[in-house]
Amino acid sequence: MKLRRFLTSLIAPLLGVVVSIAVTAAILVFIHASVSGVFSAMLKYGTSPRAETLILNLATTYFLSALAVAIGFKMNLFNIGVNGQYVLGAVAAGAVAGNLTLPKPISLTITILVAMIVGAAWAGVAAWLKVSRGVSEVISTIMLNFIAIAIISFAIIRTSVGTETAMNIRGTKVIPESGMLRGSAFIDPKTKVYGFFFVTIFIGLLYWFVLNRTRFGYDLRATGHSASAARVSGIEAKRMTTITMLISGALAGLVGLPYLLGDAASYNLNFPTDWGFTGIAIALLGRNNPLGIAFGALLWAFLDVSSGQLILEGVPREITTIMQGLIVFVVVMSYEIVRRNQIKSEQNRVAKALEAQAVSA
Amino acid sequence: MSAQGSDCIKMNSEAPAVELRGIWKRFPGVIANSDINLSVTKGTVHAIIGENGAGKSTLMKILYGMQEPDEGTILINGTELDFESPADAIEAGIGMVHQHFMLADNFTVLENIILGSEPHNGPLINFTAARTKINDIAALNGLSINADALVATLGVGDRQRIEILKVLYRGAKILILDEPTAVLVPHEVNELFDTLRELKKAGNTIIFISHKLDEVLAIADEITVIRRGTTVGAVNPRETRVSSEDLAVMMVGSELPTPETPGNTIRDEVVLDVEHLSVISPSGKAIVDDISFSIRSGEIVGIAGVEGNGQAEILDALMGIVESTGTVKFKLEDISDLSTRKRRELGIGFIPEDRQRQALLLNAPLWENRMLGQQTVAPNSKGLLLTPKSAKADTERIVKQFDVRTPGINVLASALSGGNQQKLIVGREMSGEPKLLIAAHPTRGIDVGAQAAIWDHLRHAREAGLAVLLISADLDELIGMSDTIKVLLRGRFVADANPSTVTPEQLGTAMTGAGKVSA
Amino acid sequence: MNITKQQKLISILGVGIAILSITRTITSNGDLTSAVTISQALGFAVPIGLAGLAGIWSERAGVVNIGLEGMMILGTFGAGWAGYQWGAWAGLVAGVVFGGLGGLLLAVASVSFGVDQIIAGTAINLLATGLTKFLAILLFTDAPGGGQAQSPPITGEIPTITINAIADPLIALHDKGLFFISDTAGLLSGLFFQLSLLTVITALLFIGTAWLLWRTRFGLRLRSAGENPWAADSLGVKVTTYKYMAVTISGLLAGLGGAYLSIASTIYRNGQTAGRGFIGLATMIFGNWRPGGTGAGAIMFGYIDTLRLIDSDNKNVRGLILIGALVVLLIAVFLLRSARRSTGIGFALLGAVLVGAFLVASNFPPEVAQVAPYITTLLVLATASQNLRPPAADGAPFRKGESH
Repeated sequence: MKLRRFLTSLIAPLLGVVVSIAVTAAILVFIHASVSGVFSAMLKYGTSPRAETLILNLATTYFLSALAVAIGFKMNLFNIGVNGQYVLGAVAAGAVAGNLTLPKPISLTITILVAMIVGAAWAGVAAWLKVSRGVSEVISTIMLNFIAIAIISFAIIRTSVGTETAMNIRGTKVIPESGMLRGSAFIDPKTKVYGFFFVTIFIGLLYWFVLNRTRFGYDLRATGHSASAARVSGIEAKRMTTITMLISGALAGLVGLPYLLGDAASYNLNFPTDWGFTGIAIALLGRNNPLGIAFGALLWAFLDVSSGQLILEGVPREITTIMQGLIVFVVVMSYEIVRRNQIKSEQNRVAKALEAQAVSA
Repeated sequence: MSAQGSDCIKMNSEAPAVELRGIWKRFPGVIANSDINLSVTKGTVHAIIGENGAGKSTLMKILYGMQEPDEGTILINGTELDFESPADAIEAGIGMVHQHFMLADNFTVLENIILGSEPHNGPLINFTAARTKINDIAALNGLSINADALVATLGVGDRQRIEILKVLYRGAKILILDEPTAVLVPHEVNELFDTLRELKKAGNTIIFISHKLDEVLAIADEITVIRRGTTVGAVNPRETRVSSEDLAVMMVGSELPTPETPGNTIRDEVVLDVEHLSVISPSGKAIVDDISFSIRSGEIVGIAGVEGNGQAEILDALMGIVESTGTVKFKLEDISDLSTRKRRELGIGFIPEDRQRQALLLNAPLWENRMLGQQTVAPNSKGLLLTPKSAKADTERIVKQFDVRTPGINVLASALSGGNQQKLIVGREMSGEPKLLIAAHPTRGIDVGAQAAIWDHLRHAREAGLAVLLISADLDELIGMSDTIKVLLRGRFVADANPSTVTPEQLGTAMTGAGKVSA
Repeated sequence: MNITKQQKLISILGVGIAILSITRTITSNGDLTSAVTISQALGFAVPIGLAGLAGIWSERAGVVNIGLEGMMILGTFGAGWAGYQWGAWAGLVAGVVFGGLGGLLLAVASVSFGVDQIIAGTAINLLATGLTKFLAILLFTDAPGGGQAQSPPITGEIPTITINAIADPLIALHDKGLFFISDTAGLLSGLFFQLSLLTVITALLFIGTAWLLWRTRFGLRLRSAGENPWAADSLGVKVTTYKYMAVTISGLLAGLGGAYLSIASTIYRNGQTAGRGFIGLATMIFGNWRPGGTGAGAIMFGYIDTLRLIDSDNKNVRGLILIGALVVLLIAVFLLRSARRSTGIGFALLGAVLVGAFLVASNFPPEVAQVAPYITTLLVLATASQNLRPPAADGAPFRKGESH
C-alpha cells in the first residue's frame, strides 16, 4: 500500500508536466515557431555545464523558499509572507556582513543567524497576530510583505544602511571576501556552484528528519491532518502555530543568502523580491515533501535558466513562465482528484482484502 | 380517538400518508436497511424507534430523497413515488427537520425561512409578504417567533422552531423530525411536544424518530420499531396498552449481549477526585455547575444524562481541553493546572465522543494513529525522537489483541469501518497501563461483536484496577457496566443510582429530572 | 437614544471633515482638501474599490479570492491590447472579459475541483503574471510605440465630467480658507471637477451591488452560499451555480479595475497593478465585507495615495500623520468609554506617538504613506475582529450532498 501511495503521488506532477508541454507546444505552433527546435534548444542549453551550475544555484534559492512555505502548509498554516521575510533577512544579513571583518566561519555564522532571526521576527508578527488576535495569517502576511518592501526601500534609500555601491545603485555595503560563501566551480570551470548549495542540502535533510523522526514533526503533521484530534491528543495549537511560523520565517530568512553570499555581495534595489511566491508554487508541486520540493526546484530552475536561449529561436523566454503557471495549476487540481480517489480506492481495497481473509478463514 | 368515530372512519379509509414496502439499502460491508415495511396514518404522530445504529437515519434519508433505496417502494398518500433528490420529497409535501440545524447564523429568521422560495416582485424580495406569510403559518401552528431576529442571537429551542417553520413554509404536510429532543433540555422538550400537538391539530402528519422510550410514549399515536436494519413490529399505544419495557424488548431483542460487570473489584485507592468543578461557557452560562465526585481503583462510574447537559464539557475539563474552575486530583496529585499532554503522560486514557474528529488522523496510517495522544511516551518516542519501529510493533499487538480487522498497519485510518476504528482507539487508550480511562460512548455506532469485545476489555482492565469514567447514551450499557451511576441534568448531579437495582426506565425518568431513583 | 443609520453617517462625515479641517489649518496646507486632491483621490480609489467590490462578490459566496491581483493584471493587459487597436472603450470591455476569465478559472479550480481557495488564487496570480508577460512580448514588441513590457498608447479616452457652474464657486470658497466651510466646499468641488465617467460607473456598481446582494432573491441565495451552503443546498439552492456566478462576476469587476489602471495611464505596463488587488482585499476587510464600508476604505486609501504622490514640498505626509493621530485618538476615547480599556490605552499611546512624531519632525519619508493602508488594515483586524462579520462559511470547501 505504501508503494502504491508513492506511485499515485507521482501522477499529479507528471500530468502537470505533460499538460504544460502540450499546451506550450500548441502555443508554439500557433506563433509559427518550431516545436522541436525550441524544446531541443532548451534541453541542449539546459544540460550544458554552465547552465547546470546556474540551475543548481537558482534551485538552491527556490528550495529554501519552498521549504519555508512547506513547513507551514504541513499544518495548514499559509505563510504567504516569505517574500517580506526573506528581503528583510537579506538586507539585515547584507548590512551586518558588509561591516564584518572576521574569520570566515565566524562571519558566516553571524550572517546566517542574523538572516534567520530577522526572518523569524517578521514572521513572528504574523504569528502573534494570529495567536493572540485571531488574524488570519494569509491576510497579515500579505500586508507584512508590502510593509517589508517599504521598510527596505526606506532603509536603503534614506538611511546609512544603504550606500552608493557600484553602478550608481544604492545598496548595503559590499561584503568583504571573508564574509562570502562563493562555493566551487566543480561542474563548469568558469561558474561556481554557490557554497550555500551544500548548506541547503543539509537543511533539506534536517527538515526531513525533524518532520518524520521527531515528536515536534509528528505534532506538526497531526495538526495538519486534524486540528481537533491534535488538540485532544495534547498538542497545543497556539504553541504549534507560533513555533512553526517562527521556523518558517527563519527558513525564509535564508532565501536571499545563496545569491547574496555567492554572487551579489550587496543587497541593492535590483535584488529579486518575488522568490517567495516561487516558493509557494514549488511547495505545491513537491507536496511539501523535501524530495518532491527538490525536484520541483530543479524543474523550475531548469525552465528559468534554459529559457535564456529561446530568444535565439525567436520565441520570448517568458513562455516558460506560462509553463510554470500551468504546471502549478494542473498539479494542484490533479492532486485534489488523486487524493479523493485514493481514499475511496483504499477503502475498497481494504474491504476486498478483508472479504478475502474472511473467505479463506 | 373513538370519541370522534366518524372522523376516525374517514381517516382510516384514506390511504396512509406514508407507506414503505420492502425497502432495502446496502453499503459496502453493511446492510443498513433490510425489508423495511411501515405505514403512517394521516394526521398522527408516528414514532420510529430503534437503537443507535439500527438504521433509522438511513431510512429517513431514503424517505427524504437524500439516498435512493436499492429495492422497495415508497407510497405517499397512496401514490407510488420515486425520490431522486430532497426536491422531489419536498414537492410531495415531505419536510425534514434535521437533528443538526441547517441555519445561517448571520441571516435573520425570515431570511433563513424563505431562502430558496422567496416571495418576490420581479427580482426583489417581497419582505412584507414573507413576514405576513411566516406570521400566519406560525399563528396557525401555535409557534411564536420574531421573524426579524438574527439567528446568531437565538437559542436551541428557537432554532428548532425555525427549522419546523422552514418545512411548513414550503407546504409540507408530512414532517420528519430526526431525534429532535437530543439537543433539548426538558422544558424545551415539553414545548416541542406542545408544538407537535398543534401541528397535528392543523392537519399535519409527523414522523418522530427517537430512541427515548418515555418521550415516544408521551407523544406518539403509532410506533414502529426498527432493530438491526429491519422493522420488527408496529404498536398502537392509543389502542393497546404498551409499556416502555415492552418497547425496550422489541428494540433490543433477546439475542443482544447484555453488558455486565460481575463482582466488586473496587479498591481503596482513590484515582480521581473532583471537587467543585465548573465550566463556564463564553456567554457566561455554567455548563458544568459545581460538581464533585471521585473514582476509585477498579471502579466504573457512569454518568447518565440527556446529551447536551454538560457531559462533553466534564470530559474536556478533566482532560484539560477546556478552561474550568475547581480542583481535579489524580492519585492525590492536583492536576488542575496541567496541560492535556501532561495529564495523558500521568496515565489517563481518553476515548472522546467523536472518534473521527477527535481521536483519529483519518489520512494517516494506523501506526501513526497509534501514536496519537501518546506521542511523548514509549513505545512511540524516546526523548524528542520518534521510535517508529516499536510503535509499529505495538500497533500490530493492538490489532491482534483488540481484533481490529485490517489488512495491515500501513492502511489509512479512513479505510477502516467505524467499529474497527473504535477498537483501534480503545486499544490505544488502554495501552501503557493507564490508571484512569475516560470514555465517552465507547461502543456507539459499532456492531454487536465489537461492542461485546470492548466491554470485555473494559471488564478485564477494571479487574486489574483501572478506574473508569463512563459516559453513554446507551442506558443498558451504563447500567450493565457501572459500579455507580450519577445522573447529570443541566450541568449538575441530580441523583445517584444503584446499577444493580435501577431500570433503564427509572434512569431515563431521572435524566429528565422528573423522578427519583433509589440510591 | 436611538441613532438612525443616516444620523450616524452624517456625524461620521462631520467629524471626518472637522479632522481634515483642523489638520489643514494647523499645517496650513490647502492641498489636503483641494479639488485637485479629491478628484485625484477618487481616481486612485476606483481600481482599489473595484478590487474590493470584486472581493465582496466572491467572498459573499464563500470563496476567498487571493487571485484578485491576477485578475486585475489580466484586466490591465486586456485593456492595453484592445485599447491600442480599437480605443479605450474596447479596451475596457476586453479588460473586463479577461478578468472574468480569470474569475472563471478560480471557480473551476476551487468550486469544481475542490482545490484549496488560497492555493488556487495564488496559482492564478502566478499564471496571470506569466501569461501577460509572455503575451506582452509577443503582441506589443513589434507594434508601433509598444515595447517588450508595455503596450502602444491606448487611443481615445473615457470622458471626464467637469461642471464649472458648480465647481468654480466651490473652489473659490475653498480658497478662502474658512474653517470647516472651505474644506467642505473643497471636498464637494472634487466631485464636479474632472470626474471620470468610470468613477461614476464604479459608484453605480457599488450601489447596484448593495441592491442586488441585499434586496433580491438572487442576492439572498448567493449570500447563503457563503453563510451556510449546506443549509442552502438542503433547500434546493444551486450553491455551485451561485458560487460560479459570484466568482466570475468578481473576476469581471477586478478586470474592470485593471482596465481602469491601463486606460487612466493610457498604456499597459507589466506590473502596473502594483499589488492593488491585495489592497482591494484589505479594503474589503476594512469595509466588513459590505459595499459601503469598502467604498469608504477605497476612498481613504486613494486619498492617502494621492497625498503621497502629489507631495511637491514634502508636507502632505506630515499632514497625514496628524490626521492619523486625530483619528486614532478619537477611537481611543470611544474605546476608553466602552469596556475595552486595554485596547483603548493602546490606541491612546499610538495617538500620542503620532502626535509626538508630528511635533518633532517637519518632514516624513513617503514610505510612511506607502505603508499606511497595510498598517491600517492590520490594526483593524487586530482590534476590531469581534465587530467584523465575514461570511460564516468563507473559504470552506463545499461539495454537493456532503455535510460538513
